[in-house]
Amino acid sequence: MGIEPATVLASKDLVGIAGLEAGEIQLLLDTAEQLLEVARRPIKKVPTLRGMTVVNLFMEPSTRTRFSFEVAEKRLSADTLNFSSSTSSVTKGETLFDTARNLMAMAPDFIVIRHPNTGAPHRLANVVTASVINAGDGSNEHPTQALLDAFTIRRHFGSLDGLTVVIAGDIRHSRVARSNALLLSKMGAKVRFAAPASLLPVQVDELKAESYLRLEPALEGADAVMMLRIQMERQKKLNFPSMREYYDFFALTPERLRLAKEGALVMHPGPMNRGVEIDSEVADGDQSVILEQVTNGVAIRMAILYLLAGGRSESAAGS
Amino acid sequence: MTERSGEKSSLVRVLDREGIGRTLARMAAEILENDGDGIVLVGIHSRGVPLAQRLAEILEAVTGKKIPLGRIDISLYRDDVGPWRPAHSQPVLKRTELPFDLDELVVYLVDDVLYTGRTIRAALDALVDYGRPKAVRLAVLIDRGHRELPVAADVVGKVVRTSRQEDVQVRLLEFDGEDGVWAGTEVADGD
Repeated sequence: MGIEPATVLASKDLVGIAGLEAGEIQLLLDTAEQLLEVARRPIKKVPTLRGMTVVNLFMEPSTRTRFSFEVAEKRLSADTLNFSSSTSSVTKGETLFDTARNLMAMAPDFIVIRHPNTGAPHRLANVVTASVINAGDGSNEHPTQALLDAFTIRRHFGSLDGLTVVIAGDIRHSRVARSNALLLSKMGAKVRFAAPASLLPVQVDELKAESYLRLEPALEGADAVMMLRIQMERQKKLNFPSMREYYDFFALTPERLRLAKEGALVMHPGPMNRGVEIDSEVADGDQSVILEQVTNGVAIRMAILYLLAGGRSESAAGS
Repeated sequence: MTERSGEKSSLVRVLDREGIGRTLARMAAEILENDGDGIVLVGIHSRGVPLAQRLAEILEAVTGKKIPLGRIDISLYRDDVGPWRPAHSQPVLKRTELPFDLDELVVYLVDDVLYTGRTIRAALDALVDYGRPKAVRLAVLIDRGHRELPVAADVVGKVVRTSRQEDVQVRLLEFDGEDGVWAGTEVADGD
């Protein structure tokens, strides 16, 4: 099944995979494919977004996503302003909307937001004229991570259609798993969740994924395996007896990886807990594409900025 | 001069298939007169790419030497992309390939039609991000006038006088299934 790329993104914002059509995803991936080349030039910068301003509003800790956005913004020649929760007025009690109104007074063209609350980017998008890009909201979505994961897989297999992708680990608290499952199923891939029952999401139906309570059967015939980090900060207490036990049943070890298809990709959105969800031998092995994911993340974020820069007013919607 | 049959338009054919072939052969000869050695051809997407390829084939047949070929997409360097212009769909990005070190080379940019000169301005900006060529020259199949920037071609296939309202269509086998150049006013249905 060939998915025809769209010619334009319908919305001024990119707040979730849920609101994207398969053709729009195809357009984003195709655009990223061409933008990868910018990183290989002697001068890694193009003037496309000259004069445009991007506000990076990070209300939750992030290193790689924030850096990745910043590199993407700078390679497209946009001006960047960084706000993080520890240094901004948010710690002084200002609400998201007051912060947003103040930011809009500085006339940014884009707001990249990471927020601990589900739906914060969506609500922000409704009140500002800037394009809002979701860099992770609560346990809801992390659309740019899902796009870069899909991009990485597509670069190895040529297409996502018909592939089987395992997502293993803390699915319930993971916006990465949610966005990935939504995206992969839209693009014709099959998704398998593997986790202890306490870490599986409550409503799996919406995500069109099969659930497995053991890693081994999920791995059989898999084309790619995404290991998720055990997120201590989103759990009041551990939902499994011990780290050791988690490793024994769910860590991706060389022996378990052999159950997947030969040459299956090993992926991790980072940061990794080596020796908890993934063995070092696997993380650093031939099948690992973990560092490619980081490189591809910059190209995907450039593609989003480039495409959103084209349709910033209401007249672009529906064209 | 033949009118295109079966279409309601006043487009006039200014070059047919043989005409394009002859024109490219003459352009190749001019390139060799200007610069003998150390040249590369860089086609500007979309129709500059196959034209550069055809010129390279002619040059290789004449000189017996391999002519390096590149292609360049100027979408990221356009001057109509940015906060000052109205919403539109962004141009679809195409592959830029310059598989050689530009320094010490004479780069021939190749395009189908030279019009406002804005595409060439963008291509020059793109090119200098990849290196510092010894010289950059411009070869175009058609020069239709109406420059908006101080840009001139070094090698011109054919000058076609047009008004701004008129259209110039270069159709190439690689994209359009036929070779030919048409100019004139395309009349919309119902007029």
